[in-house]
Amino acid sequence: MFYKGKEGQWSWIFHRITGIGVLLFLAIHIIDTMLVGWGPEIYNKVIAIYRNPIFKIGEVGLFAAVLYHALNGIRIMIIDFVPEFTKYHRQIFYLEMLLFFLSMIPVSFLMLSH
Amino acid sequence: MIQVHLKIQRYNPEKDSKPYFKDYAVECEPTDRVLDALLAVKGTLDGSLTLRKSCAHGVCGSDGMRINGRNMLACKVLIKNVSQPIVVEPLKGFKIVKDLVVDMKQFFEKYVAVKPYLINQETSPEKERLQSQKQQERFEDTTKCILCACCTTACPSFWSDPNYVGPASIVQAHRFIFDSRDQGGEERLNLLNQREGVWRCRTIFNCVEACPREINITRAIGEIKRDLLFKKI
Repeated sequence: MFYKGKEGQWSWIFHRITGIGVLLFLAIHIIDTMLVGWGPEIYNKVIAIYRNPIFKIGEVGLFAAVLYHALNGIRIMIIDFVPEFTKYHRQIFYLEMLLFFLSMIPVSFLMLSH
Repeated sequence: MIQVHLKIQRYNPEKDSKPYFKDYAVECEPTDRVLDALLAVKGTLDGSLTLRKSCAHGVCGSDGMRINGRNMLACKVLIKNVSQPIVVEPLKGFKIVKDLVVDMKQFFEKYVAVKPYLINQETSPEKERLQSQKQQERFEDTTKCILCACCTTACPSFWSDPNYVGPASIVQAHRFIFDSRDQGGEERLNLLNQREGVWRCRTIFNCVEACPREINITRAIGEIKRDLLFKKI
């Protein structure tokens, strides 16, 4: 059975997933930019793929991943540098999630409506 | 009396190729502990069920196990407080000896490695070594550990790296590092200032949630990390 951790375990799992997601994006981004070396034709052809609506949703996902990873990183730093705050780690996590969703609502709207 | 359904992980390395779950039903009071239900299974249904228990009152720490997916002491959990069927598994990350009994040799080796005893080269005073209340409070939380291993085996960092010293040993080290009477802080900190020491902790808090003694383990680890970083013991 999967270990039933609480907020701390979930925040860590999301941190790993978003970290891998952002890394994957960076790898793809390096590859597509590298294609310039083979001339504008192939580069434009590959970049055109990104106009597909799926990539629009993917971009929102990328923003969400970067935002979560950054906010959770700050939470980890606070806990690491001020261990006294470990007592409130759950509250800090919920505050982080609140900030995350408050930011994601307008950002998703703006990104998807363009 | 109510009927209690249990789903217990069984494994006999001499017979079974891999662990499997077996269902049991026993009569118990809702205010009985999960340990009582397990002993009822062993006593009335299947004598081959193997588990560790000693004091049965949350002091010795020998009946740590995974109950409904979380590490707990079977003697501290009331049946009425857990959902049924009660899924019982051995502690994760240790080699299973049989059923719910795990091999804790490595766990205790790591415990010994952090030198969990007073180191003081000065001549012993005639009476006790005095300490102020404030000095005692500095490490009081980590004196409560009963070495049940619930924290270490709830830690994903330990599951992925069995060489990680683990939360329980760090708690034991903390208990002496911050004791004003102790002089062995440096040697313990050197041991913990390694890849497999405190830096392996990812502040996941599973250890804190699992600790039956409610020790703020992540805080203890954090204090050691901070002291290693800023060198102010």
